[in-house]
Amino acid sequence: MTKKNGKNRITGLFERLKGQKKKGFIAFVTAGDPDIVTSKKIIKELERSGADMIELGIPFSDPMADGPTIQASYERAVKGGVHLTDVLKLVSEVRKESQVPLVLFGYYNPIFNYGLKKFAKDAAAAGADGVLIVDLPPEESDELKSELDKNGVDLIFLLTPTSDEKRMRLVASKASGFIYFVSVTGVTGARASVSADVHKYVKRVRKYTDLPLGVGFGISTPQQAKEVCKSADAAVVGSAIVNVIARNKGPRLIKELGSFVSGIKRGI
Amino acid sequence: MTKTPDKLGHFGIYGGRYISETLMPAVMELEEAYLKWKKDAGFKKELAYYLGEYVGRPTPLYHAERLTKKAGGANIFLKREDLCHTGAHKINNTIGQILLAKRMGKKRVIAETGAGQHGVATATVAAMFGLECEVYMGEDDIKRQMPNVFRMKLLGAKVVPVTSGSKTLKDAMNEALRDWVTNVYNTFYIIGTVAGPHPYPMMVRDFQSVIGQEARKQTIKITGKLPSLLVACVGGGSNALGLFHPFLEDKSVKMTGVEAGGYGLKTGKHAASITGGRVGVLHGNKTYLLQDEFGQIIDTHSISAGLDYPGVGPEHAWLNDTGRVDYTTITDKEALDGFKALTLSEGIIPALESSHAVAYALKAAARMKKSENIIVCLSGRGDKDLNTVSKAFNFEL
Repeated sequence: MTKKNGKNRITGLFERLKGQKKKGFIAFVTAGDPDIVTSKKIIKELERSGADMIELGIPFSDPMADGPTIQASYERAVKGGVHLTDVLKLVSEVRKESQVPLVLFGYYNPIFNYGLKKFAKDAAAAGADGVLIVDLPPEESDELKSELDKNGVDLIFLLTPTSDEKRMRLVASKASGFIYFVSVTGVTGARASVSADVHKYVKRVRKYTDLPLGVGFGISTPQQAKEVCKSADAAVVGSAIVNVIARNKGPRLIKELGSFVSGIKRGI
Repeated sequence: MTKTPDKLGHFGIYGGRYISETLMPAVMELEEAYLKWKKDAGFKKELAYYLGEYVGRPTPLYHAERLTKKAGGANIFLKREDLCHTGAHKINNTIGQILLAKRMGKKRVIAETGAGQHGVATATVAAMFGLECEVYMGEDDIKRQMPNVFRMKLLGAKVVPVTSGSKTLKDAMNEALRDWVTNVYNTFYIIGTVAGPHPYPMMVRDFQSVIGQEARKQTIKITGKLPSLLVACVGGGSNALGLFHPFLEDKSVKMTGVEAGGYGLKTGKHAASITGGRVGVLHGNKTYLLQDEFGQIIDTHSISAGLDYPGVGPEHAWLNDTGRVDYTTITDKEALDGFKALTLSEGIIPALESSHAVAYALKAAARMKKSENIIVCLSGRGDKDLNTVSKAFNFEL
């Protein structure tokens, strides 16, 4: 079980990083891509190669906020019969051996379908530290948030370049753990460069919250990760990692993954 | 008018806004613009002008006497939305939304389409107002609705084939949402049905309510009374809500929404979200969905591309739960029978979507008294479906 809200592994991580004057590296992978057994090895390798936090995508049939790379990984996982129940099992397996902060990342329908109360309880029991749902804005989140709060699991909210002052205030008033800032208007996926406006946005968000800020979407190289971490507290890399998983198989997959992830870590 | 939805777009537990944070300001801006302009005299005048002079409204309420005789019971009246410019009710909504887009200073419109009727209606108004237009359409739908694909291209729209998922309407909507989130500053998303995040279900309903407003006046003028029953097909449900909504307070008027039964509910190959689905969240709203035990959206089937969608507008979900509207299903085969019956008895070739409503009306009329009247929303014409129908009837074109 995670501890009460505000003192779980996520908060612990950011406090530690701050103390060391370091920035964080958050890695995203889809649970069950290419299969659930390999997922466990992937998570282990991500941690070993320097990921400070891991976001685990919950496979969904209709990932409308994702670009082609993560869409394809969700499709592979759904085809392999991996669903929320398997993802929770995976989390509890990982938890037996690791204390790396884990955030469940996904879309609302599989969670709503599972039952909010049961989900919050099972997620906490498995050892998840946070939940991020891309299609659940603060306006619709009260019911899930209150269940997660009871179980000491953070509901992570997003802010974006389109967020105005009012929305920043709203999100800041509900958020815990950290705030995920989406660096671009668009879907997930690698981009040629990091928008020069990111630092300006991050500065703006900090006016409304003291929570750590992770910046993601479109970050695929060590240079880009380094760039966003000039202002952010952590960089999130997703599609680029998922790409390495898609391109490789077997022992080679883990090796390639390790070398890619270490590269990003060195950038940060 | 009922006082739904609430401020955040809820119809009971349904509706709402389940979208990415990036789009929240966009839908709030849209809501604000809609609430402002819908009361504006200039906007109302312009909308009425285009509905009259361009779309060809009011559409007739036609007493289908030979069809009535065939059913052998209640009188069947057809609300002739098939006579709208572009051949379906969809343009009632696209005219309204493009007038808003213009006032909001948007230079580009996007749309999703299943049967292609909404895509054509969007491409049409975009051509008329000189806006750039991109329409997302599932690859499978492109194959079965080729004539509409040509029409959109002729109208200057770019038709983007969607190859993800089931390659039909739901995937087209996913892709349109991905486009919108990427081009949110300059793009207006014209949603074609009473679904999506608030304010779309309310706004599209309001634009389509012209169907029911006209039908109510016409039926009183022709028959001297209110009808006993309203019948319309329900995919997302915009033509149905357009007909039903102005009658909701008329307690004596029964209403039936007809969902696509496909090969039959028991086969699992259908698109009947209310009759055969469970509550869930997709495409910005909470509603009835066709999903598996894990909450994955499942592939739907209907002979009619326009009904081939795993969800339904949230207001329909609510009207079902409150019992105000009945929802039922008609199979592919029954729809084809309805198609044939209307074509041969009245010389009107209906869209396969509308054929579902016709087929149910024939059954219902037979059980009702000759003094009673039914209004069927004939939401579109069938020209686009000739390939599908000829295949089903083994008919050489």
